[in-house]
Amino acid sequence: MNNSSFWRIALPILSVSSFLLFWSWYVHTSDVSAFVLPAPETILKALSEMIFDPKLWHHAKITLTEAVSGFVIAVSLGISLGFIMARVPAVEWAMKPFIVLLQLVPKIALAPLFILWFGFGLESKIVIAAALAFFPVFSNALVAFKSVDNGDRDVMTMLQATPLQRLILLDLPTALPVVLTGMEVSVVMAMIGAIVGEFIGGSEGLGYLAVAYLQELAVPELFGVIVVLTLMGLLLYTLIGRLRAWFAPWHASAEKA
Amino acid sequence: MSDLSVEAEAVEVSIRGLTKIFGEGEGAVTAISDADLILQRGEFLSLLGPSGCGKTTLLRIVAGLEFPTEGSVDVRGKSVWNRHKRSKAATKPISMMFQEARLFPWFTVAQNVALPLRVAGMPKAQRIERAHEICETVGLAGFENHRPAQLSGGMRQRASLARALVTDPQVLLLDEPFGALDAMTRDALNMELMQVCARADVTTILVTHSIAEAAFLSDRVVVLAPRPARITGVEAIPFPRPRSLDLQRQTEFQDMVAHLRTALVGGAE
Repeated sequence: MNNSSFWRIALPILSVSSFLLFWSWYVHTSDVSAFVLPAPETILKALSEMIFDPKLWHHAKITLTEAVSGFVIAVSLGISLGFIMARVPAVEWAMKPFIVLLQLVPKIALAPLFILWFGFGLESKIVIAAALAFFPVFSNALVAFKSVDNGDRDVMTMLQATPLQRLILLDLPTALPVVLTGMEVSVVMAMIGAIVGEFIGGSEGLGYLAVAYLQELAVPELFGVIVVLTLMGLLLYTLIGRLRAWFAPWHASAEKA
Repeated sequence: MSDLSVEAEAVEVSIRGLTKIFGEGEGAVTAISDADLILQRGEFLSLLGPSGCGKTTLLRIVAGLEFPTEGSVDVRGKSVWNRHKRSKAATKPISMMFQEARLFPWFTVAQNVALPLRVAGMPKAQRIERAHEICETVGLAGFENHRPAQLSGGMRQRASLARALVTDPQVLLLDEPFGALDAMTRDALNMELMQVCARADVTTILVTHSIAEAAFLSDRVVVLAPRPARITGVEAIPFPRPRSLDLQRQTEFQDMVAHLRTALVGGAE
């Protein structure tokens, strides 16, 4: 291992551990209440108890189900609508006002409405997650499908390709890298949507659990939930990143041939 | 191929009264006006002219990529355009090669070359085998599993040529395919192209602005001029085949290039 790759690994470890040490030192030496800011080791202890409690995993599964379902709906709708609007200008013109309006509305503000319409169960959270996750995928898909090169389309015309063959052999592969970039943003939005939905109304999920711990003033456990949520988001984000490397390996090195 | 008398059954492509106007009213631009051309089966014809003379537009109309404002194009007796609708039956025997290689970066070279067969529904094993054969012919052996981004410009055009030939086309349309390459690569690819065309007995239309290239490859050279874009002359190139690169150093060839240059300049005035 040469000098620079040693520091590349050593420095982040050093900075994170100094941060945690400072945090711990601050909590113990200042008169900040443990209810407001627990020390990192207190959070770790709470977390290590929580992970052996099936209750946590039950709630985590609920949140994950909501976020992933919402994400899948958003991706399917986003790609389909993006494709249709890119290919049929009339649809784009007709839909434009709605799209602009929906893009401007803070989607989070619609969350109570969705609870009202879809109830306190999973459905409303899935809808909120989908609503938040939709736009990054949709707008990227729209741009990506529009940017399919006319010269490449001429190639497919010369081959007498059917519309379906064009979609599978040209449009989707062209759009995929850009759509996957949108999906990376989307999956994080879907997590936010699911959690916000649970905050507002529900009896299950990590968002609900966080609120419940807050009401019990179980602050270390609240931090524990935040850590679990962060790890979950990281997992989903990494998964999409992997998907991108696997689906579009030409993209990293591709100047267009 | 020296026999240029028109026999109906030997006519491969016939272009009559072809006019293309882009836009309307004040801003209308005539890309090509009243072009007439008959191509014999197996003939190699070049469209030679400066930019703006409508040679690419003419080629794209024959390919069915641009509809004509007036006139008609028949390939093997079938009309390419029925009003503004491209005829699939008429354009089926046509392959086209573009200025850029137009390979898809998500496919390997072999997959790119096999793409026309895939679209036509040939089973995978069969089409990949065929792609490998064609790659061999155009000097791409050993590069079948590379991605286009890993190839040089010349190699990409070889792959593009392979893709154009994989369907055994009867009509080959070439839109300045080697225009962006260096002189040596270009010569090598032109030799390759000539050999392939001779073997396959394919009818070829090449768009080029290189006089030497047109003279070297063609049976006939069509000279075009801009403003208004039109055909100003058709010159027969009598050099016997097979031709080698040595031909370019002979006086007759240089005289022919000078003659074509005069025709180009004369047409432009």
